[in-house]
Amino acid sequence: MRTGRLITPVTLLAVTLLIVIIPAERSGWKLSLDTGVIPFLAAFLTTVGIYSIFTLALNVQWGYTGVFNFGVAAFFMVGAYTGAIFSVGPADPDSSLRYVGGFGDVFSPPFLDSEQWLPFIVATLAAGIASGLLALLLALPTLRLREDYLAITTLGVAELLRRVVIQEDGLVNGSRSMIGIPSPLSGYFSADTQRFVDLAIVVVLVAIVFLVVERSIRSPWGRVLRGLKEDEVAVAASGKNVFSFKMQGFVMGAVIMGMGGAIFAFNRGSIGPTTFEHFFATFLIWAMLIVGGSGNNWGAIAGAYVVWGLWTTTLQLNGYDLPDILRSRIFFMRDFLVGALIVIVLLLRPQGLVPEERRVSSWLDRQMRHQRKKPPEPAAAPES
Amino acid sequence: MTILPDRYAARLADARDRYRRLGDRPGAIGLWALIAALFLWAAIFQTQLFVVGMIVGSVLALGAMGLTLVFGILRFANFAHGDTMMLGSYIAYLLFTGTVVGSQANIDTDIGISLDQLPGATSKLGDLSFGYGLLIAIVLAGVAMALFSIALDRLVYRRLRRRNSSIVIFAMAALGVAFSTRALMMIIWGPDPRRYVSGIHLAQHYPLDIVLKTDQIFIFVVALALALLLYILLFHMKLGKAMRAMADNADLALVSGINTDRIIIWTWAIGGGLMAIAGGLLAIQASLKPDLGFGLILPLFAATILGGIGKPQGAFIGAMVVGVTQEVSVEFFSAGYKPAVAFVILILILLLRPRGLFGTTS
Repeated sequence: MRTGRLITPVTLLAVTLLIVIIPAERSGWKLSLDTGVIPFLAAFLTTVGIYSIFTLALNVQWGYTGVFNFGVAAFFMVGAYTGAIFSVGPADPDSSLRYVGGFGDVFSPPFLDSEQWLPFIVATLAAGIASGLLALLLALPTLRLREDYLAITTLGVAELLRRVVIQEDGLVNGSRSMIGIPSPLSGYFSADTQRFVDLAIVVVLVAIVFLVVERSIRSPWGRVLRGLKEDEVAVAASGKNVFSFKMQGFVMGAVIMGMGGAIFAFNRGSIGPTTFEHFFATFLIWAMLIVGGSGNNWGAIAGAYVVWGLWTTTLQLNGYDLPDILRSRIFFMRDFLVGALIVIVLLLRPQGLVPEERRVSSWLDRQMRHQRKKPPEPAAAPES
Repeated sequence: MTILPDRYAARLADARDRYRRLGDRPGAIGLWALIAALFLWAAIFQTQLFVVGMIVGSVLALGAMGLTLVFGILRFANFAHGDTMMLGSYIAYLLFTGTVVGSQANIDTDIGISLDQLPGATSKLGDLSFGYGLLIAIVLAGVAMALFSIALDRLVYRRLRRRNSSIVIFAMAALGVAFSTRALMMIIWGPDPRRYVSGIHLAQHYPLDIVLKTDQIFIFVVALALALLLYILLFHMKLGKAMRAMADNADLALVSGINTDRIIIWTWAIGGGLMAIAGGLLAIQASLKPDLGFGLILPLFAATILGGIGKPQGAFIGAMVVGVTQEVSVEFFSAGYKPAVAFVILILILLLRPRGLFGTTS
């Protein structure tokens, strides 16, 4: 039991050491804001933040509601493309870039001087709405059936949407990728500073998503969702509409995923169909949640940190003088290890790094705090 | 509330009751009618695509029958089925050619021993594009994948079963296995497509303007023969009857004295053998590529759910429907949408009759 308790701090520490030492060593231990380990860490934490948005969203769906979404890529993709369409200007007919929409200018009236932030807020909201609508549409035929039907359906729709993007190349520029997606506030800062601005924006967003998810899960509404995961029949017996609550949990997760997709698009600047392949856009996020611990929001963030840390470290290793047999295969080996990692965690530590909490209720938490503040009750209370 | 006179309201309620008592029978009749209409129409107006679709469907059927047995007996969605099918075809490739990627990327080396060194193993059999060496390799790959599947069950799935994990955990583990398997194929054989036998293989002309390669006819015959063998096993042998009993109700099977652990081993052995042979047959008419396996998942699941989970005869018909629809769709949509066809079929079944053609309500 004692070694079990050590696993989490040791893992977090080991990953932190890996992501600090290897880039620091490779940049010759120089500390500078422009090159070396500090910008690397800023970019690293930004990506971890974006992935945390997805793991938190998936945690609402799977960790709390017990809805089985194997097509995170679909919501990710819809969010990212919607975010892109709502933040770029209209397509230039002379260029080879072809896409629909381009509403970036529509939402920034010149007198407001808002083109650096307002379109991005609108785009993020639009991405959330689009992704939520997709979830609603998918859940209608499948949510009443066995849970793995939804898994197969979402898996299918992710592939279908990727096909549509590739085939209909006037929609979002097909497989040539949508490029030139602007970044929020980028007009005010230099490229070097922009990294840190991006990080700040993502940190604020993760904090907002975290608080919203925590608040709603610790409310009576959230307890119904948790009940659904444990025992659907019992929830139905206590008079709750199972289908409606499941739908709410699923759609809420999808909305957050869509918003995360938009942030991803602003951050990357270019997105194409290969970005949303299953491994990268669904499986990695699942791996993060399982490793971190589903059913716990801190676990969702810890998982994103650990898995992405290992992921980038293997990329860094490629800079060293490795034997040919390793160098030519390092990316495939990394994929293999992530797949194996999931199976190993499921077998040996199914609760993940940060286990699920037994009690999720802000009301009960308040009561307990209240109890503790009061002087201890007289020991002999005959009625109780 | 009602605006109708009582007499009519009662009659309406009566009719509604009678309709409800039918359950999803109208859906089933509709589905069968739809399938019959599709086959008839395709056979008459798109004969060439129909025939090719049947061949694709017959290979899919081998995979889907294995999948549906695992799905029915072990009760989880094995998302690794497509990738392990591909692994089976790669093992046949290794046994036949002995080729793997060397220490440098894109440069192949030979492991020194392979079936194509046998005398006359590569000389073509009749009009087929391959010799008997490849056939031995595919059969051996079937044995290897049967053993691989059993080992995987012992290592992963049995442990989860003992812990009474939810089906979602099983599916998650299967997805982990799927990605690891694909990565393994990338590590050993690289991401580029490969072929069992290089060179151009000409197609033959048949009556009704049908153009087919002899390989395709061979594939169809082998797939049908294996389906027939599976049918005899499942419906006329004790082991098969026990398997079907377990797919229907595992607890009831256990109390009737069926050794469920033994049945599970046989299920993986049959599923693994079928998937490797299906993968090998698929690779004969197309090519081998590690990421093709994941694309097979959707057609396989569409066939499985269309037929009803745990019903191999249903999976067979389901696979034929998916195969024919996919091929015929090329006439109307771009070929890039082929994988989407399976998805549309899946959604239609989930709306019309979620338990599939032969499925029972649980």
